[in-house]
Amino acid sequence: MRYDAIIIGAGPAGLAAARAAKHAGKQTLIIDDNHGPGGQIWRGRDGIELKGVDRRFSTQITDLNFSATQIILATGARELFLPFPGWTLPHVLGAGGLQAMAKQGLNVQGKSVVIAGSGPLLLAVASNLKKAGADITLIAEQAPWSSLLHFGSQLLRWPSKLTQALQLFNINYTPNLWPIEAKPGEVLMSNGKTYPCNYLACAFGLLPNLELARLANCKIENGFVKVNRHQQTSVQGIYAVGELTGIGGLEKAEAEGEAAGAGTATLGNHQDFVKLLTRTFKLRDELKQLAQPDTILCRCEDIPFSRTTQCSSMREAKLQTRCGMGPCQGRICGPILEQLYGWPSDSVRQPLYPVPLKSLIQS
Amino acid sequence: MTSDVLILGGGIVGAACARAFLKQGLKVTIIERELIGGGATAAGMGHIVVMDDSEAQFALTKRSRDLWDQLVPELPSSVEFERRGTLWVAADQQEFNAVSPKLSYYNSRHVSAQLLSAQTLYDAEPHLREGFAGGFLVPDDSVIYAPCAAAWLAQGANIIQADVKTIDDGKVTLAIGEQHKAANLIIASGHYVTQLFSTIPVKPRKGHLAITDRYPGQVRHQLIELGYLKSAHGDSTESVAFNVQPRKTGQLLIGSSRQFGADHSAVEPHMISKMLARAAQYLPNILNMSIIRTWTGFRAATTDKLPLVGRYRNADRTWLATGHEGLGITTAMATAELLTHLIAKTKAPIDPTPYLPERFPQCRT
Amino acid sequence: MPHIVINGTPHQADEKTTVAAALMNLGITSRTSVSGQPRNPLCGMGICFECRVTIDGIAYQRGCQVEVREGMEVSTDAI
Repeated sequence: MRYDAIIIGAGPAGLAAARAAKHAGKQTLIIDDNHGPGGQIWRGRDGIELKGVDRRFSTQITDLNFSATQIILATGARELFLPFPGWTLPHVLGAGGLQAMAKQGLNVQGKSVVIAGSGPLLLAVASNLKKAGADITLIAEQAPWSSLLHFGSQLLRWPSKLTQALQLFNINYTPNLWPIEAKPGEVLMSNGKTYPCNYLACAFGLLPNLELARLANCKIENGFVKVNRHQQTSVQGIYAVGELTGIGGLEKAEAEGEAAGAGTATLGNHQDFVKLLTRTFKLRDELKQLAQPDTILCRCEDIPFSRTTQCSSMREAKLQTRCGMGPCQGRICGPILEQLYGWPSDSVRQPLYPVPLKSLIQS
Repeated sequence: MTSDVLILGGGIVGAACARAFLKQGLKVTIIERELIGGGATAAGMGHIVVMDDSEAQFALTKRSRDLWDQLVPELPSSVEFERRGTLWVAADQQEFNAVSPKLSYYNSRHVSAQLLSAQTLYDAEPHLREGFAGGFLVPDDSVIYAPCAAAWLAQGANIIQADVKTIDDGKVTLAIGEQHKAANLIIASGHYVTQLFSTIPVKPRKGHLAITDRYPGQVRHQLIELGYLKSAHGDSTESVAFNVQPRKTGQLLIGSSRQFGADHSAVEPHMISKMLARAAQYLPNILNMSIIRTWTGFRAATTDKLPLVGRYRNADRTWLATGHEGLGITTAMATAELLTHLIAKTKAPIDPTPYLPERFPQCRT
Repeated sequence: MPHIVINGTPHQADEKTTVAAALMNLGITSRTSVSGQPRNPLCGMGICFECRVTIDGIAYQRGCQVEVREGMEVSTDAI
């Protein structure tokens, strides 16, 4: 069956796009690799409305081998991890990572959790984990007070976001603090203190999931998909919405999704908020110097930092050290190398994810 | 800048040449457009194999394998050298019948080889599909990780990352404007050679490969169908053959495909499909394995399946080392050795005549 | 509550729980890295592949993308 609109990703941006496309009379399909709609932010939420929209869940897109008048990429974002000694220990997860695990059945009741890293997600994660019964002993934000105070004053321009921030505020929120070394059951922070914890939930911001956009040859600018007012990418018929076009949160994602689905221009200036977030939560240089020679950068292949120092590009690191050659295909260590060395990402090719061999054999 | 030897192309062939001339105490510069070992060298399988399509191919591959074997004690662990042996699988009785003459050919030329009955074939490789007639094992063939081998071979050479703009006998101008001179210039740039000299009879022949996650112990030898030679040495525009290599990591590298006329490097799903379906006919248990990457590369193919090693036209100082098609990893070593002898005008351990570019009229005048 | 078998030992897991979460609840790390380190999930959303396990004989499946089912057999032995 040929669709007018295929939406890839069923988070807030993709859902808004699907509803708007359906409303505009388009034959619409939405695809997501999760079991149901919601993306990361609304994972597992009941009652998400998608009437009249065809849907395929638990479906991993490994290639762009379908055609539609309009393809809307809403593939969202993942967390940026930075390597520090001990970050591969079993009690260290991403911040959104621990939250996602809790939403899929991990019992955090009574567990002590240190949340560390950067960005507004830390407070949201703290709130959700607390509701699930976790004991949040510390929320360490690497950004300095000055940036956060400026951020707070600017939030007056976005009253709903200000309200949200005030609701999420947590007494243990501590700016200007970051992890130095994780050890079993604890973490040493930059203030010299060691905090015991059942879990260290740690991430340094969000990165767009660009693989499909890259495979489609969409123009990428400054790390995000370049789009016009109608969310169209540099490739005719392919649109990008949500975190792919700039990390800006829920309102931006929904506005962009709706515009792309309806075929209208996006309302509001969301890029101002994107810029404010970027400026506020800019990563300090000290974070890029935490890795020791034996600290692992590539978790799939266990490649330590020391082996990459001889290389001069992502591709050289791949070919000469196997860094990024494992099943995650460099999704975790690629951004790390980009942060540590400034190397741009390598090219992508299908399959975008590991797939069973038999699925590559055409009947 | 002046060197004794200037090598265009830092693939396995250029890197092997670098090592050979460095051993003579010469000053060697490699000009590479991207990365040492980053082109066809990285795209290929890293199989060191003796092949018998012709007397000349046999001589070159055998000499090369001997030269690789001499290096084994020095190879760093990153080269992942493993003496896996090549096991050629006979699909049916007809293929198996053709193995006996092959066996006497190898043995009479001092290359160890054995016939495997169906029983011994399955003892050696229990995961092969039932019903094959037998096999032909060449136990001393081996497997390496070629990008690290190239980087190791090139150690000691001066490496310049740049595109070449023009070549005049012994003088090279780079796209960045620099000029380089050398007593001898070696062109080891694979199929890119035609960008420098458009009449050289080398054509890109595209190949696809796929690699699995780690499944240690499932395959022990480099496994190839005996029909491979038909694919490798036929001239059809598109062909696939069963060719699976176990890597030291436990991963399986799955090939192979050959295409003429493909002008883009994109992975083509229909070729991947054909290639993997072929492999699964031999090794059904790979169907449930996880493929983590697919990619393509371009072999530098000649019409007579032999490389171009020797002087280019009447140029005093320009030498070719290209056209190795799918055997560059193996034959890099003897290619480098031949060139050192041709340049020094000394007698090489094997007869260089079959590989001289002058066999093609375009390379003569 | 679904009954599942992990590395040959029977266990019970909660409904609507992914394999990755079920393993963490039982204190079983999801895999051993290529250099022998115990690992648990990192991202929880199918990106990092740290949660990959063998499920019903098929190796390298991401535990965070698969919910437990009655009778499921999970092994954390693959590399």
